[in-house]
Amino acid sequence: MPSARPDQIRQPPLRDGIILIVVLAVIFLVAPKVYGNQSLLLVMMTFVALAQGLNLLYGFTGYLPFGYVGFFGAGAYGMSILVLHAHVPAIPAVIGGGIVAVIFGVILGPLLRLSGAYFSIANLATAQILLLAVANPSLTPLTGGPYGLKLQQVFAPGAAYLTMLVIMLLATVIAVYFRRSRFGLGLRAMTDDRVSAEMAGINIVRARLIVWLISAAIAGLAGGAYAWSISVYYPDAVFGTNISVFAIVFALAGGVGTVIGPIVGAILLYALYNAIGITVPQYFELLYGFLIVILVLFLPEGGLSLLRRRGVDVL
Amino acid sequence: MSSEALLELAGVVKRFHGLAVVQDLAFNLKPGEILGLVGPNGSGKTTAINLISGVYPIDAGEIHLGGRRIDQLAAFRRVHLGINRSFQVPKPFRGMTVAENILVAAEYGGGQPDQEQILEEVGLTAERHRVASSLTVNHQKMLDLARALATEPKILLVDEIGAGLNPAELNVVADLLLRLANRNIALIVVEHLLKFLNRITDRVLVLSAGRRLFEGTLAEASADPEVVAAFLGG
Repeated sequence: MPSARPDQIRQPPLRDGIILIVVLAVIFLVAPKVYGNQSLLLVMMTFVALAQGLNLLYGFTGYLPFGYVGFFGAGAYGMSILVLHAHVPAIPAVIGGGIVAVIFGVILGPLLRLSGAYFSIANLATAQILLLAVANPSLTPLTGGPYGLKLQQVFAPGAAYLTMLVIMLLATVIAVYFRRSRFGLGLRAMTDDRVSAEMAGINIVRARLIVWLISAAIAGLAGGAYAWSISVYYPDAVFGTNISVFAIVFALAGGVGTVIGPIVGAILLYALYNAIGITVPQYFELLYGFLIVILVLFLPEGGLSLLRRRGVDVL
Repeated sequence: MSSEALLELAGVVKRFHGLAVVQDLAFNLKPGEILGLVGPNGSGKTTAINLISGVYPIDAGEIHLGGRRIDQLAAFRRVHLGINRSFQVPKPFRGMTVAENILVAAEYGGGQPDQEQILEEVGLTAERHRVASSLTVNHQKMLDLARALATEPKILLVDEIGAGLNPAELNVVADLLLRLANRNIALIVVEHLLKFLNRITDRVLVLSAGRRLFEGTLAEASADPEVVAAFLGG
């Protein structure tokens, strides 16, 4: 295979990716020492990971998964059931949660035959079906049914925080890979024109499935670490549609198809959510709706498109 | 099957919602041959290209490449085996530069092409860093062709590349297609510009309402009453 030459392909330098990952790691390692609310920081990292995982799928293949939370919930329940019923230690159980989400992704693979709104709605329906399944009272011995699950025996907020940090960084590393690699180039081509991508020799079915499963794995791992961190939860806490909506809005607000966009979007908007939304949630709803209108009207490619329009090649 | 034919179609049928747009299509193509595919609008020319390239599945019949049946293969696998195409309405990767467009095909097409030579051959060397969406339509058509060449095809399906070109540009394209044929690439050229076609083709296949109406030289086709009637609606 001929290799890509630097003057042939516009791609951000690897150095930018490494700097971003190091900065992100340092910020979230230092933050708990200067800001006392570690659980808020953990949720922020959760949304960074979810926005990035969603970005991998939507930003690089064009599939917008309204039911992305299904993978998150599958990971949370997969992790919890492994801990509670198989007595697996927490970190391997989080990995197990990621695997459960991937299995869920394989089962839902045929959804990729759909496109546009049909895919998004079908994906949302599958997440709702999964929520109804785990919340079913007849499954209470396994899933806790509507009463949820308790994981006090493995409660370790510090370890859960570090695990979520690793998952967030993993999602970022994968996004950097997508932006810089031959595989990512193929994804760009597929998103640009599916038929032409096939005529370039790309196996688009396989490429989409790979991205779908990677994206599922990120959400599943994040779900597992999140369940570990909160240790007591009801089905809605890990399957709530608002989790998908936040991930989508955060990713879109920053700019999908980039590495930095979902990170900036998730950090800024989640910080804003906490600054305004928790105390006076009605203002957040107003702001939130206003933001979506502004985005759709003026920045459909996200906030970072402002830099792109000025010729800055954003990572 | 003919031993020297590179591409062979036999009894190929395509229907859309019950309406047959290609019926019992059969022809052969040898390496280095240029076959013109002509016919009135709606006669099934572009559909035939789509069937050979795998954009549409066939409903009946068989397509063989080098003796191997390919009609069940996905389009990208046919590309790897040596079939590629350009489009009537050019379809470059609009957000990518010219060089990136060619690079994608070079990376995924299964060959080891000389990308610089391809750029030069289609006259896009000076445009290499331009984003495809900013190119003229004619340059986009050349880019379509370049991307196809980057997969090192044995058969190139060229769909109405001459539309909108001036006589000088048509000559350049004709020279390019003849050079490709000299390199043993077989070409199927869909075209309405008969003068252009006459310069490059060895034979033409005339389609009408999805059926083969005539096969022979363009001069013979022009003298055939059935062909004339099909074009004039008689």
